[in-house]
Amino acid sequence: MIEIVISILLLMGGGLSVLGSIGIVRFPDVYGRLHAATKSATLGVISVILGVFIYFLTTHGMFVGKLLLTIVFVFLTAPVAAFMIARSAYNVNVKMWDKSIQDDLAEAVKKHESQNK
Amino acid sequence: MAFQILLNIGLAFIWMLLRNEYTMIEFALGYIVGLALLYVLRRFLHFDFYFRRVIAVFKLLILFLYKLILSNVDMIKIVLSPKMDIQPGIIAVPTKLRTDWEVTLLANLISLTPGTLTMNFSENGRTLYVHSIHVPDKEEAIKEIHDSFEKAIMEVTH
Repeated sequence: MIEIVISILLLMGGGLSVLGSIGIVRFPDVYGRLHAATKSATLGVISVILGVFIYFLTTHGMFVGKLLLTIVFVFLTAPVAAFMIARSAYNVNVKMWDKSIQDDLAEAVKKHESQNK
Repeated sequence: MAFQILLNIGLAFIWMLLRNEYTMIEFALGYIVGLALLYVLRRFLHFDFYFRRVIAVFKLLILFLYKLILSNVDMIKIVLSPKMDIQPGIIAVPTKLRTDWEVTLLANLISLTPGTLTMNFSENGRTLYVHSIHVPDKEEAIKEIHDSFEKAIMEVTH
Protein backbone atom coordinates (compact mmCIF):
# COMPACT_ATOMS: atom_id res chain seq x y z
CA MET A 1 0.00 0.00 0.00
CA ILE A 2 2.68 2.48 1.09
CA GLU A 3 4.71 1.51 -1.97
CA ILE A 4 1.89 2.71 -4.18
CA VAL A 5 1.90 6.10 -2.45
CA ILE A 6 5.67 6.38 -2.85
CA SER A 7 5.49 5.40 -6.52
CA ILE A 8 2.75 7.93 -7.19
CA LEU A 9 4.78 10.68 -5.53
CA LEU A 10 7.95 9.80 -7.48
CA LEU A 11 6.12 9.51 -10.80
CA MET A 12 4.29 12.77 -10.20
CA GLY A 13 7.57 14.52 -9.41
CA GLY A 14 9.24 13.16 -12.52
CA GLY A 15 6.25 13.97 -14.71
CA LEU A 16 6.00 17.52 -13.42
CA SER A 17 9.70 18.09 -14.06
CA VAL A 18 9.29 16.86 -17.65
CA LEU A 19 6.25 19.08 -18.17
CA GLY A 20 8.17 22.02 -16.73
CA SER A 21 10.97 21.41 -19.22
CA ILE A 22 8.48 21.27 -22.09
CA GLY A 23 7.07 24.53 -20.80
CA ILE A 24 10.52 26.13 -20.83
CA VAL A 25 10.86 25.22 -24.51
CA ARG A 26 7.36 26.25 -25.50
CA PHE A 27 6.88 29.63 -23.82
CA PRO A 28 7.73 32.61 -26.02
CA ASP A 29 9.79 34.83 -23.69
CA VAL A 30 11.97 34.81 -20.58
CA TYR A 31 9.15 35.73 -18.24
CA GLY A 32 6.80 33.03 -19.45
CA ARG A 33 9.58 30.48 -19.20
CA LEU A 34 10.16 31.44 -15.61
CA HIS A 35 6.52 30.69 -14.88
CA ALA A 36 6.98 27.15 -16.13
CA ALA A 37 10.35 26.71 -14.45
CA THR A 38 9.37 27.84 -10.95
CA LYS A 39 5.96 26.27 -10.53
CA SER A 40 6.50 22.84 -12.00
CA ALA A 41 10.02 22.51 -10.67
CA THR A 42 8.99 23.41 -7.12
CA LEU A 43 6.15 20.92 -6.85
CA GLY A 44 8.12 18.30 -8.80
CA VAL A 45 11.13 18.47 -6.50
CA ILE A 46 8.94 18.56 -3.41
CA SER A 47 7.02 15.45 -4.37
CA VAL A 48 10.20 13.50 -5.24
CA ILE A 49 11.77 14.43 -1.90
CA LEU A 50 8.56 13.59 -0.04
CA GLY A 51 8.53 10.19 -1.74
CA VAL A 52 12.13 9.54 -0.67
CA PHE A 53 11.33 10.69 2.88
CA ILE A 54 8.36 8.31 3.19
CA TYR A 55 10.44 5.49 1.71
CA PHE A 56 13.19 5.86 4.31
CA LEU A 57 10.66 6.29 7.10
CA THR A 58 8.63 3.18 6.32
CA THR A 59 11.07 0.63 4.92
CA HIS A 60 14.21 1.57 6.85
CA GLY A 61 12.65 3.18 9.88
CA MET A 62 14.88 6.23 9.53
CA PHE A 63 13.64 9.75 10.14
CA VAL A 64 15.76 11.83 7.75
CA GLY A 65 15.38 15.43 8.84
CA LYS A 66 17.64 16.69 6.05
CA LEU A 67 14.98 15.84 3.49
CA LEU A 68 12.39 17.93 5.30
CA LEU A 69 14.86 20.81 5.43
CA THR A 70 15.40 20.43 1.69
CA ILE A 71 11.67 20.85 1.12
CA VAL A 72 11.62 24.01 3.23
CA PHE A 73 14.55 25.53 1.36
CA VAL A 74 13.21 24.65 -2.08
CA PHE A 75 9.93 26.26 -1.04
CA LEU A 76 11.71 29.43 0.06
CA THR A 77 14.34 29.80 -2.65
CA ALA A 78 12.57 28.90 -5.90
CA PRO A 79 10.33 31.98 -5.97
CA VAL A 80 13.18 34.23 -4.88
CA ALA A 81 15.38 32.92 -7.70
CA ALA A 82 12.58 33.47 -10.22
CA PHE A 83 12.04 36.96 -8.88
CA MET A 84 15.73 37.88 -9.20
CA ILE A 85 16.04 36.44 -12.71
CA ALA A 86 12.90 38.24 -13.92
CA ARG A 87 14.03 41.50 -12.35
CA SER A 88 17.53 41.34 -13.81
CA ALA A 89 16.14 40.41 -17.21
CA TYR A 90 13.85 43.41 -17.11
CA ASN A 91 16.63 45.72 -15.97
CA VAL A 92 18.88 44.76 -18.88
CA ASN A 93 15.98 45.32 -21.29
CA VAL A 94 15.14 41.81 -22.33
CA LYS A 95 12.14 42.24 -24.62
CA MET A 96 8.77 40.86 -23.71
CA TRP A 97 6.78 38.79 -26.20
CA ASP A 98 5.27 40.86 -29.07
CA LYS A 99 1.76 39.87 -28.05
CA SER A 100 2.11 41.08 -24.47
CA ILE A 101 -0.77 43.45 -23.83
CA GLN A 102 0.22 45.47 -20.80
CA ASP A 103 3.34 46.81 -19.10
CA ASP A 104 2.77 48.83 -15.94
CA LEU A 105 6.41 48.56 -14.96
CA ALA A 106 7.60 50.50 -18.02
CA GLU A 107 5.44 53.45 -17.01
CA ALA A 108 6.74 53.34 -13.46
CA VAL A 109 10.35 53.22 -14.66
CA LYS A 110 9.74 56.14 -17.05
CA LYS A 111 8.16 58.20 -14.29
CA HIS A 112 11.03 57.42 -11.95
CA GLU A 113 13.64 58.46 -14.53
CA SER A 114 11.92 61.74 -15.33
CA GLN A 115 11.80 62.55 -11.62
CA ASN A 116 15.51 61.97 -11.22
CA LYS A 117 16.50 64.29 -14.09
CA MET B 1 5.00 36.46 22.23
CA ALA B 2 8.62 35.50 22.98
CA PHE B 3 7.85 35.77 26.70
CA GLN B 4 4.94 33.38 26.38
CA ILE B 5 6.99 30.78 24.55
CA LEU B 6 9.67 31.01 27.24
CA LEU B 7 7.02 30.66 29.92
CA ASN B 8 5.61 27.65 28.14
CA ILE B 9 9.02 25.97 27.89
CA GLY B 10 9.69 26.81 31.52
CA LEU B 11 6.41 25.17 32.53
CA ALA B 12 7.40 22.11 30.54
CA PHE B 13 10.70 21.92 32.44
CA ILE B 14 8.96 22.26 35.79
CA TRP B 15 6.60 19.47 34.74
CA MET B 16 9.59 17.30 33.86
CA LEU B 17 11.25 17.98 37.24
CA LEU B 18 8.07 17.26 39.15
CA ARG B 19 7.54 13.98 37.33
CA ASN B 20 11.22 13.13 37.76
CA GLU B 21 11.40 11.66 34.27
CA TYR B 22 13.68 13.37 31.78
CA THR B 23 12.46 12.24 28.40
CA MET B 24 11.25 13.99 25.27
CA ILE B 25 7.77 12.56 25.73
CA GLU B 26 7.51 13.99 29.23
CA PHE B 27 8.66 17.36 27.91
CA ALA B 28 6.03 17.31 25.18
CA LEU B 29 3.37 16.40 27.74
CA GLY B 30 4.48 19.28 29.96
CA TYR B 31 4.41 21.61 26.98
CA ILE B 32 0.82 20.67 26.20
CA VAL B 33 -0.22 21.15 29.83
CA GLY B 34 1.53 24.53 29.86
CA LEU B 35 -0.26 25.46 26.66
CA ALA B 36 -3.59 24.63 28.24
CA LEU B 37 -2.70 26.70 31.32
CA LEU B 38 -1.75 29.69 29.17
CA TYR B 39 -4.99 29.33 27.26
CA VAL B 40 -7.06 29.33 30.43
CA LEU B 41 -5.16 32.29 31.90
CA ARG B 42 -5.03 34.38 28.73
CA ARG B 43 -7.54 37.01 29.89
CA PHE B 44 -6.21 37.13 33.42
CA LEU B 45 -2.63 37.85 32.32
CA HIS B 46 -3.62 40.41 29.69
CA PHE B 47 -2.11 38.93 26.61
CA ASP B 48 -3.12 37.34 23.37
CA PHE B 49 -2.81 33.62 23.35
CA TYR B 50 0.29 33.05 21.23
CA PHE B 51 -0.74 29.66 19.85
CA ARG B 52 -3.37 31.44 17.75
CA ARG B 53 -0.48 32.65 15.61
CA VAL B 54 0.98 29.19 15.29
CA ILE B 55 -2.37 28.00 13.95
CA ALA B 56 -2.38 30.97 11.54
CA VAL B 57 1.09 29.91 10.30
CA PHE B 58 -0.23 26.43 9.58
CA LYS B 59 -3.21 27.87 7.75
CA LEU B 60 -0.85 29.97 5.64
CA LEU B 61 1.25 26.90 4.86
CA ILE B 62 -1.78 24.92 3.73
CA LEU B 63 -2.92 27.84 1.57
CA PHE B 64 0.57 27.92 0.05
CA LEU B 65 0.49 24.21 -0.82
CA TYR B 66 -3.05 24.34 -2.18
CA LYS B 67 -2.22 27.29 -4.46
CA LEU B 68 0.97 25.58 -5.61
CA ILE B 69 -1.00 22.53 -6.74
CA LEU B 70 -3.61 24.71 -8.47
CA SER B 71 -0.91 26.64 -10.30
CA ASN B 72 0.68 23.42 -11.49
CA VAL B 73 -2.62 22.19 -12.91
CA ASP B 74 -2.97 25.54 -14.65
CA MET B 75 0.57 25.32 -16.00
CA ILE B 76 0.09 21.79 -17.32
CA LYS B 77 -3.05 22.89 -19.16
CA ILE B 78 -1.18 25.72 -20.88
CA VAL B 79 1.92 23.68 -21.68
CA LEU B 80 -0.02 20.80 -23.18
CA SER B 81 -2.52 22.84 -25.18
CA PRO B 82 -1.53 22.81 -28.87
CA LYS B 83 -2.01 26.56 -29.24
CA MET B 84 -0.23 28.97 -26.89
CA ASP B 85 -3.36 30.64 -25.57
CA ILE B 86 -1.81 33.31 -23.34
CA GLN B 87 -1.97 37.09 -23.07
CA PRO B 88 1.00 38.06 -20.93
CA GLY B 89 1.75 41.44 -19.42
CA ILE B 90 2.98 43.20 -16.31
CA ILE B 91 0.41 44.50 -13.84
CA ALA B 92 0.86 46.68 -10.76
CA VAL B 93 -0.57 45.30 -7.52
CA PRO B 94 -0.82 47.67 -4.54
CA THR B 95 -0.39 46.14 -1.09
CA LYS B 96 -1.26 47.21 2.43
CA LEU B 97 1.49 45.21 4.10
CA ARG B 98 4.21 47.25 5.78
CA THR B 99 7.28 45.40 6.94
CA ASP B 100 9.88 43.97 4.60
CA TRP B 101 9.37 40.38 5.47
CA GLU B 102 5.60 40.56 5.08
CA VAL B 103 6.02 41.90 1.56
CA THR B 104 8.65 39.25 0.81
CA LEU B 105 6.27 36.53 1.94
CA LEU B 106 3.51 37.99 -0.21
CA ALA B 107 5.87 38.13 -3.21
CA ASN B 108 6.76 34.46 -2.71
CA LEU B 109 3.11 33.52 -2.42
CA ILE B 110 2.27 35.39 -5.60
CA SER B 111 5.10 33.67 -7.46
CA LEU B 112 3.69 30.26 -6.62
CA THR B 113 0.07 30.99 -7.52
CA PRO B 114 -1.58 30.35 -10.88
CA GLY B 115 -0.35 32.54 -13.71
CA THR B 116 1.49 35.17 -11.70
CA LEU B 117 5.15 35.90 -11.01
CA THR B 118 6.49 38.78 -8.94
CA MET B 119 9.04 40.83 -10.89
CA ASN B 120 9.83 44.02 -9.06
CA PHE B 121 8.97 46.30 -6.17
CA SER B 122 8.34 50.01 -6.24
CA GLU B 123 10.75 52.22 -4.34
CA ASN B 124 8.65 52.36 -1.17
CA GLY B 125 7.76 48.68 -1.29
CA ARG B 126 4.03 49.34 -1.51
CA THR B 127 3.47 48.22 -5.08
CA LEU B 128 4.41 44.87 -6.50
CA TYR B 129 4.92 44.47 -10.23
CA VAL B 130 3.57 41.10 -11.24
CA HIS B 131 4.02 39.31 -14.54
CA SER B 132 0.75 37.63 -15.42
CA ILE B 133 -0.01 35.25 -18.27
CA HIS B 134 -3.71 36.09 -18.30
CA VAL B 135 -3.86 39.87 -18.14
CA PRO B 136 -7.64 40.08 -18.88
CA ASP B 137 -8.30 38.38 -15.54
CA LYS B 138 -6.19 40.88 -13.66
CA GLU B 139 -9.02 42.32 -11.53
CA GLU B 140 -9.78 38.84 -10.29
CA ALA B 141 -6.12 38.11 -9.59
CA ILE B 142 -5.63 41.36 -7.64
CA LYS B 143 -8.81 40.71 -5.66
CA GLU B 144 -7.62 37.22 -4.82
CA ILE B 145 -4.24 38.51 -3.66
CA HIS B 146 -5.93 41.05 -1.40
CA ASP B 147 -8.64 38.81 -0.02
CA SER B 148 -6.83 35.58 0.66
CA PHE B 149 -3.07 36.14 0.85
CA GLU B 150 -2.84 39.51 2.53
CA LYS B 151 -5.44 38.44 5.05
CA ALA B 152 -3.65 35.18 5.84
CA ILE B 153 -0.31 36.97 6.26
CA MET B 154 -1.86 39.64 8.47
CA GLU B 155 -3.34 36.98 10.73
CA VAL B 156 0.16 35.71 11.38
CA THR B 157 1.79 39.06 12.01
CA HIS B 158 -0.89 41.04 13.84
